[in-house]
Amino acid sequence: MTMEATRYDDGTISYPGHPRSRDGAEPVGTIDLSEHTAEVVTWTTSTATPPGVREPNHLAIVEFDVSEDVEDEDAETSVRALVQLTDGDVETGDEVEPVYTEELREPGAGIREPESQDWDGYRFEPV
Amino acid sequence: MERVAIIGASMTKFGQREEWIQELLAEAGLDCLEDAGVDAEAIEHLYVSNMASGEFEGQTGVMNGLAHDIGALPAYTQRIDQTSSSGGAGIYAAWQSVASGASEMTLLVGGEKMTHRTTGEATDVIASLTHPVEYKTGVTLPSFAGMTARHYLERFDAPRESLAKVASKNHKNGVDNPHAQFQKEVDVDTVLESPIVADPLRLYDFCPITDGSAALMLCPESVAEEYTDEYVVISGIDGATDTHVVHEREDPTVMGGVVESGEGAYEMSGRGPEDIDVAELHDMFTILEFLQMEGLGFAEQGEAWKLVEDGSTERDGELPINTSGGLKSKGHPLGASGVAQGVEIYEQLTGEADDRQVDAEVGLCCNVGGFGNCVITTIMEAAQ
Repeated sequence: MTMEATRYDDGTISYPGHPRSRDGAEPVGTIDLSEHTAEVVTWTTSTATPPGVREPNHLAIVEFDVSEDVEDEDAETSVRALVQLTDGDVETGDEVEPVYTEELREPGAGIREPESQDWDGYRFEPV
Repeated sequence: MERVAIIGASMTKFGQREEWIQELLAEAGLDCLEDAGVDAEAIEHLYVSNMASGEFEGQTGVMNGLAHDIGALPAYTQRIDQTSSSGGAGIYAAWQSVASGASEMTLLVGGEKMTHRTTGEATDVIASLTHPVEYKTGVTLPSFAGMTARHYLERFDAPRESLAKVASKNHKNGVDNPHAQFQKEVDVDTVLESPIVADPLRLYDFCPITDGSAALMLCPESVAEEYTDEYVVISGIDGATDTHVVHEREDPTVMGGVVESGEGAYEMSGRGPEDIDVAELHDMFTILEFLQMEGLGFAEQGEAWKLVEDGSTERDGELPINTSGGLKSKGHPLGASGVAQGVEIYEQLTGEADDRQVDAEVGLCCNVGGFGNCVITTIMEAAQ
């Protein structure tokens, strides 16, 4: 299991990857974010969750420093992701690390067709 | 290109309704025909703004059903889905149909039937607009609002109470709207003591789940004058799209679709933020009112909360916002909401807003889909 961000020919990086960058550039490589720690940009604990989602559900937008994976000095050196947290015991600015989870939510319990996407991934906890 | 006028408007009671989607659409559609004094056979184009009647009710083809139900055959029909901004997108489509010369009489009806679903089910239908990597985290639109609100409050040192004041203001306005789901005042302490839904936001920071429908009648200005002297003109309208994946935006407190569509609507109308007398903003969550005020140029970034604190956005303030009660109090039947924003501005500009009436000649609506994913901004002016 990996958590792949995509690097593009224009120096931008995105997670998830897209067929083209926001400005239309082609992908040129990937970076495995599961090998990095990240910083919490903001977070919430949701108490009203949809079918198949744990309650409460702890979520955060986190930012990865990937400067060591980038050679071009003009390229972006960070990328953000929306992730689940293991619990709500975090603050903005905390450093968090990934923990693999087989099911982030129950496939088929919600409206999304189970076969249309994967359901495993990473929860993040304070380092 | 001839200017496009709105000559009639209507909306059903918003709230928990026994009627299903087809009946709700027909109710607003027929009321709008009567309000405009237009015969159904005169309708050339008929648009239905609706996000998810198939998912909510198992009823598709709602535009065809409505044309049949109100006697508008053989008008051209089309359903408009742009998630929560379906109503605004419907105004844009209806405007295009008239401005292009393709139609001389266009009826737009927006509607949604939601309350028969549980909150979890309705939330999941709405959250299905998210990217797969977002969806599998269990994120909901309220969760995005919670994360954005926390970031805004921490970054701009804004008081939590300022968000509660948005809810309280809009509930106060809704008391005087007979179509609103909640005609009930809610004070700031009640908002701050209500159950947490997406920390730091609480129950009263969120709009309810709602059934309802709203409608507008559009035609060329030269045709409008055959029907009435009391009409409004769409002087500016534009739509824009931001990233599908919310966390990919450079600044979580900037909604690019609001900025872009606002700039387009201002440019088309020759107006600016300083010319707007009244505005309906998409307050699906209280934090969205701040982000739209800033994106549309009513306030500098990080300072919208100050205008709420000093009363500028109240009904008797310098720029009344959400005189209808907004989505917060009036309710949010997805496909109807953008149309209902237009209904409120139409009534304000034609002097039909009764106890909600403010002194206004230029009004603005901003309808947001997803969490700022798609946005339509419309500027309307009273006929001179």
